[in-house]
Amino acid sequence: MSGEARRSADGGRRTGRKTGAARRAGSGRRPSTVDRRPPTPADRAPAWQITLSVNGDPYRVSVRPNRTLLDVLREELGLTGTKRGCDQGECGACTVHLDGRTVNACLVLAIDADGSEVTTIEGLARRGELHPLQRAFVEEGAIQCGYCTPGMILQAAALLRQNPSPTSAQIRTGMAGNLCRCTGYAKIVKAIGKAAEVMKGQRKGRAS
Amino acid sequence: MSGHRIVGTKVPKLDAWDKATGAARYGHDVSLPGMLHGKILRSPHPHARIKRIDVRRAEALPGVHCVLTADRVRVGKLGFLGDHPVLKGDKVRCVRDEVAAVAATSEAAAEEACALIRVEYEPLPAVFDPLEAMQPEAPRIHENAPDNLVPHRYEFRHGDAERAIAGSAHVVQGTYRTQFMTHCCLEPCFALAAFDPAGRLTMTSSTQVPYLMQSHLSRALGIHGKDVRVLQPTIGGAFGSKLDTHPYEVLAALLARHSGRPVRILYTREEEFVCAPTRQPMIIRMATGCDREGRLTGRVCEAILDNGAYTSWGATTPHIMLVGISSLYKLEHVSFRATCVYTNNPWSGAFRGYGNPQGTFANEQQMDELARKAGIDPVEFRIRNANDPNSTTPQGFRVTTCALKECLDTAATRVGWREPKRPNEGVGIAGMFHVGGGGRVYKSDACGVIAKLDDFAHLTLLTGATEIGTGSDTAMAMLAAEELGLPLGNVSVINNDTDAAPWDVGIHASRTTFIAGNATLGAVREIRRKLLPWAAKELGCSEDAVELHDGSAWRRDDPARSAPIEKLVRTAHFREQGEMFVGQCFYDPPNQFQDPKMRGNVSATYSFAAHAVRVRVDPETGKVKILKFVAAHDIGKVINRLGLEGQIEGAIAQGIGYALTEQLRIDGGRVGNASFLDYKMLNAADLPEDVEIHFIESADPAGPYGAKGVSEAGLIPTAAAIGNAIRDATGVRLHRLPMSPESVLAAIRAGEQEALDSELEVTGPLTRSGT
Ligand code: FES
Ligand code: FES
Repeated sequence: MSGEARRSADGGRRTGRKTGAARRAGSGRRPSTVDRRPPTPADRAPAWQITLSVNGDPYRVSVRPNRTLLDVLREELGLTGTKRGCDQGECGACTVHLDGRTVNACLVLAIDADGSEVTTIEGLARRGELHPLQRAFVEEGAIQCGYCTPGMILQAAALLRQNPSPTSAQIRTGMAGNLCRCTGYAKIVKAIGKAAEVMKGQRKGRAS
Repeated sequence: MSGHRIVGTKVPKLDAWDKATGAARYGHDVSLPGMLHGKILRSPHPHARIKRIDVRRAEALPGVHCVLTADRVRVGKLGFLGDHPVLKGDKVRCVRDEVAAVAATSEAAAEEACALIRVEYEPLPAVFDPLEAMQPEAPRIHENAPDNLVPHRYEFRHGDAERAIAGSAHVVQGTYRTQFMTHCCLEPCFALAAFDPAGRLTMTSSTQVPYLMQSHLSRALGIHGKDVRVLQPTIGGAFGSKLDTHPYEVLAALLARHSGRPVRILYTREEEFVCAPTRQPMIIRMATGCDREGRLTGRVCEAILDNGAYTSWGATTPHIMLVGISSLYKLEHVSFRATCVYTNNPWSGAFRGYGNPQGTFANEQQMDELARKAGIDPVEFRIRNANDPNSTTPQGFRVTTCALKECLDTAATRVGWREPKRPNEGVGIAGMFHVGGGGRVYKSDACGVIAKLDDFAHLTLLTGATEIGTGSDTAMAMLAAEELGLPLGNVSVINNDTDAAPWDVGIHASRTTFIAGNATLGAVREIRRKLLPWAAKELGCSEDAVELHDGSAWRRDDPARSAPIEKLVRTAHFREQGEMFVGQCFYDPPNQFQDPKMRGNVSATYSFAAHAVRVRVDPETGKVKILKFVAAHDIGKVINRLGLEGQIEGAIAQGIGYALTEQLRIDGGRVGNASFLDYKMLNAADLPEDVEIHFIESADPAGPYGAKGVSEAGLIPTAAAIGNAIRDATGVRLHRLPMSPESVLAAIRAGEQEALDSELEVTGPLTRSGT
């Protein structure tokens, strides 16, 4: 019940076209090891060729139809910065940008991402210069174990793109789909607020 | 103490940059060439005899390298009492029991092979309620425990508590029940095992106890400890869940041994919910009395713990549960008994706070109720009974520094204790007492550090002390940098390899900053001693006249004269009969392993705190909204303000979840809410905006620069403080966690009846025969 409430507080990001398709295809959820269901033949299905642009680099990958974007990023491309926390669209650890929108990479079928542009945590720093969000997360102590951090930062980047000066209540609502077990979120909220200020300053600097 | 350049400031964690850029390598990110993927087949029954296992179809599946069952391997047992078989052969005792394990070339193939294994079970009667499990006719879970009692007793008596309570002016008694809570580490469990051709095992693991794990694995696998190397990658959360060595870790090693290939096991989130250990539910019966002036007279407590099917280290939680019950306030007469009961529920383990959150939920609500009965303000009542510095408690704890009164005062003042409240608003407060100078729950409480200073003035700390996200590495680096006058950027910590780093007993009991911090100081002070003569010679002064800061040695009487530390090191290296700058320390704190009567100064110092909270309870829905949360902590000394705040903030969030929403729903031994959708861990929007944290620096003489341990403290009093605020807002008291809207509403509807019922639950005095 409360879980549902949390879901809708998430700015509707999980209802996107790709995530819906992934849900129906039943690929986001791995087969259960506890309550056993019959195996699916999907892993023996023929592979497809897809192209992806990830952090500006072009890739051609061959994937089976049941593989998710998260599988491809982590296992085929070696981009392990994107984390797998649940594989079920419930924790936000796998948040990436897909054609400019945030998605849970664990819910996107890789073949549905064919031809897309993807940004992951590895693509956020420019020429060795940390993104203001990365810097703020570091400086404000918003990172403990750090497993939620990449997803948090990408979600926050999307949030700030939509709303460059969010109130802390808006930050809290906008980040409600990303779970963190360590920090209690206070420093994450503060870091996002600080990065928003920095980014506003940068825009002004560029404009003048 | 003032004048520190680094200690007491706000410093980002050493690993924050790697974590913010995705460069940090966690267990799930590590793979090896030729690696196979392991999967575990688990019992669907909470209690059953295994009649037959047929693995032929699984073995025939392409890609499958190895299928293991109990009759195919020789493997030792795990757990605190060694009652836990790694693979279950004759019978299963809970639904997560490991029946078979498969290694295959892909996760999907391993998964599919597990599904092809046929296991014939004969279901047995099962028992899920510890009280029922204690009945003579209950099903027997372990052959050698006919009464289903874990054969390890916890009893403590000091004075005559029953008589003291009988002679009290006011007495409160009640029964409190706490729930299954699970750690929800964001990174699911993993294990990666590889044998080299000579038979030496390298286990990559997120364990909290790498050196104990060596011996656990050596015993389970029947190999010598020297042939076990443990590597720890970046760890994605632990909170006590990795204090045990788990069957899946041994299974990864067995699969690797039998397949001749490295094997990695990754848990799914569902497995994490079902198969990771939980905070043990407790039934706590407690009575506390006070005299007319509001001075505590005595306390009797009996606790029954749901141990689940096997005994992990979590079964020793009564030791730490008792510290709060016996020693938060001055008490002359205490009697305590805890019984761990086997059930067919998933087994419980260690979790941040280690029994103290459960105990404090009971005793701090009783303090509140007793204050009301005595007609004394609850804050004043607590201050009247608060421990004093330099006192000894009934268990023989030597309280040295103690700022409990200041904590209570600060928390109450800041929450607006006496300010007017709107309708349905209430305020509540709760104190806490916890180990703050290590906790000797093993025979050792030690940590080793080797420090080495190179000829570019880079300092490396080699230590077994594990970093699980708390920032302990950073605290150690800060202490070392302060002591040697180096910039923080000159210090790195290597603590991920049992082959390289010296021994540590593990990360638990909020011990690492205190213990590893003291070990760090010991090691770098040795370097300092070696360095000073070189500096004095270079500066042409006595050693006493040398100061180290900003990367150089300075002449105190002539600030114009200085020499870079790196130059001093090079001077010592590049000469005949040179010297190297290495220091070492094995710090074992002056605390004691408790005797069988639960006496002994278990920690070198103790931490105190008070949490105060203002809530609004919706009388229509029962929903509790936290309007303001104030935490005041006696932390001895701030080392890294940023890390310290983070520890308290994170613990408060877990404590609020424990109080209000989190509950693993286990019905008939099966977990009914094995996902984040159904297990309500709090998100950013759920948590209160207005959280204040205050630090009281009591400057502990035993702590590194005066610091005490703190990482668990923020969770411990939270549920009780919220319970007390709910009582203030609604007039009803809840005796059960979590205090969900449904239960708050039911309590409001039942009105005072609830309070009466719970008093009735305690039939007769809480005496020794009362269970
Ligand atoms: S891993 Fe994708 S949302 Fe959790
Ligand atoms: S920092 Fe550990 S989950 Fe967020």
